Amino acid sequence: MNDHQVHIDEHRDDEGAKTGMWIFIFTELLLFGGLFIAYSVYRYLNPLAFHLAAEELDTTLGTINTVILLVSSMTIAMSISAIQYKNKKLTLILMGITLLLALAFMVNKYFEWSGKISHGIYPGSMTLQEASRGELLFFGLYYAMTGLHALHIVIGMAFIGYVMHLVVKNEVQHDNFAILENSGLYWHLVDLIWIFLFPLFYLIT
Amino acid sequence: MSEAVNQHTEVSYLEYKGRFKGLFAWIFSTDHKRIGLLYLYSMLVLFSVAALLGLAMKIELIAPGKTIMDAQTYNSFFTLHGITMIFLIVVPGLPAVFGNFFLPIMIGAKDVAFPKLNLLSWWIYIIGAFIALSAQFIGDGPPDTGWTFYAPYSFRTGTNMLPAVTGAFVLGFSSIATGINFIVTMHRMRAPGMSWMKMPLFPWALYGTSWIQVLATPIVGVTLLMIVLERTMQIGFFDPALGGDPILYQHLFWIYSHPAVYIMILPAMGVISEIIPTFARKTIFGYKAIVVSTLAIAFVGYFVWGHHMFTSGMSGTALYTFSILTFFVAIPSAIKIFNWVATLHKASIDIQTPFLWALCFLFVFMVGGLSGMVLGALSTNVHLHDTAFVVAHFHFIVFGGTGYAFFGAIHYWYPKMFGKMYDKSWANIGLAIFFTGFNILYLPMFYLGMTGMPRRYYDYVDEFHGPNIVSSLGALLMISGLIIIITNLVRSAKHGVPAEADPWKGKTLEWTVASPPSLENFEEIPTVTKHPYGYE
Repeated sequence: MNDHQVHIDEHRDDEGAKTGMWIFIFTELLLFGGLFIAYSVYRYLNPLAFHLAAEELDTTLGTINTVILLVSSMTIAMSISAIQYKNKKLTLILMGITLLLALAFMVNKYFEWSGKISHGIYPGSMTLQEASRGELLFFGLYYAMTGLHALHIVIGMAFIGYVMHLVVKNEVQHDNFAILENSGLYWHLVDLIWIFLFPLFYLIT
Repeated sequence: MSEAVNQHTEVSYLEYKGRFKGLFAWIFSTDHKRIGLLYLYSMLVLFSVAALLGLAMKIELIAPGKTIMDAQTYNSFFTLHGITMIFLIVVPGLPAVFGNFFLPIMIGAKDVAFPKLNLLSWWIYIIGAFIALSAQFIGDGPPDTGWTFYAPYSFRTGTNMLPAVTGAFVLGFSSIATGINFIVTMHRMRAPGMSWMKMPLFPWALYGTSWIQVLATPIVGVTLLMIVLERTMQIGFFDPALGGDPILYQHLFWIYSHPAVYIMILPAMGVISEIIPTFARKTIFGYKAIVVSTLAIAFVGYFVWGHHMFTSGMSGTALYTFSILTFFVAIPSAIKIFNWVATLHKASIDIQTPFLWALCFLFVFMVGGLSGMVLGALSTNVHLHDTAFVVAHFHFIVFGGTGYAFFGAIHYWYPKMFGKMYDKSWANIGLAIFFTGFNILYLPMFYLGMTGMPRRYYDYVDEFHGPNIVSSLGALLMISGLIIIITNLVRSAKHGVPAEADPWKGKTLEWTVASPPSLENFEEIPTVTKHPYGYE
């Protein structure tokens, strides 16, 4: 237990940092859990309306975004391997690709949302006020859940961007990459939540 | 356990000079002890305000009809009193103040696992507090929903709900950050030799609490977020007019807020488990039973939320299940009571102020717990739901439980935190007045509730006048007791006599370091070989 004897300013515990991140990921899952409960309850109460509303969503766009996120999860995982092989350049390239893919996801999301909004489908719109309550709830949940997820994408991008900065400054290296691993874990969480959102909104119709 | 006492070889954390000076040396300090005190001072201010709001409400109730305020003011007073007391004081209270200060010392560590995150959680706490309290001063008038923000009123009311709900949401992050920090600290930073079953009981209680904080807070977070979205974007999560279900709000709210009751009470039980063996000069009776019951409370506490909603509309099966589970959760609490009492059996007790607080805790906690059983039973609940009985029960268990443990803790650890001893006789006088006032204040409310006086009304019929006068006079007495207690503590920080390292002859690690401790707590990390309460 040598690490207990160090001065507090020098205290470093990679295992502890990762444990903390895992517990934080737990809390994120529970945060979305509340919305998933609301989704299940309202889907159970309004099966037909949810079915009809889901037909409005563009499955192709959703699939493209799913592929984008899965690939970006792979690239961030590869960057963690790259840093362990002491390949700083490759690490940065892979992290850069992850960021670009995340950006592509957001661009897609932008077109998807603006398409919906131009059709008058957004919370409080005239079209939705005439729709059934089930459809109203479906789109309310759609905007809230994908919106909260998009917010997590943005936070993840900022996190990865910050870690890239640390890699450039050589503060993250082959023997000290816990923060890179944590940003990777966070990114996988964002991916994982999408894996559940995608079927719930786009596939089950 | 190291028996050597490190006497003032290093400067204490209070005198330590770091990178910043003056106020900044505190608000930017990552030292867990300073952060603990930051929380203590913030809470002291907020508590005084919220207690005075409570007093104002009791004065309003001293006579039927309008006494000092109108109905709307009364509504906003009980809302603000509830939000402040629950979200800003009782939920974060013991872990944030005493957990921060003593958890690392009691497990033989130099700091928590993530000191910067710890400071951040205090900042989030302060920001959340400002947002929540700003609701009082900006916009269309103070919120009037009560601290539970029940839908659909919380998005129908014209008052300024948004900041209050957002503030509570932000405070959740502070709670989660502290929880994660403590869990990792206990997993990674216990001193060599301190196995889980050699860990003192206050850290154990914090361990259970932290898991609840981490696993329950996100649910209320997302629920409050839904209220925010509902108010700002007309997404009908809980509004029947938009397709939503207000009962779902109650479920989601209590899925968090019932476990939150155990966030309040578990650390309080931990404090009592520290105080009692120290003054009984005896090993705690049934250490393992207390540990197991702590974890059992944390676990079963998740499955009882429905007992807040017996009258809201649920299936019969759900009602029975929630009721029986509520009774189950009383078992581990009772186990603890028996263990504490058994510890006192044939002990050579040293009667000091912290011990008296612990004894008073036992009394009020039992009254609160047993009245909780009355509410947990289905048939009596229907009669007592939303009456003053609930208010009395709640204050006995939360103010009586957590509040007494908080004051017990501060009287117990005060010499360690400030290196000074308070005036013991004034502390005892304050406690006597406070305890008498407390019982005169809340006991009549049980009677009032049973005879049918509803809660949250600023007015009542003449039949309720007598007990209300008694109750309001009790409030005045209790507040005078509080003033004596707090004045004594504040005054002693400057004028008290210097305290020794181990004034109570305690055996846990915090009593082996200097009073007040040095910046790094231990010059050398101790090796633990014995049980934490190694008397005889």
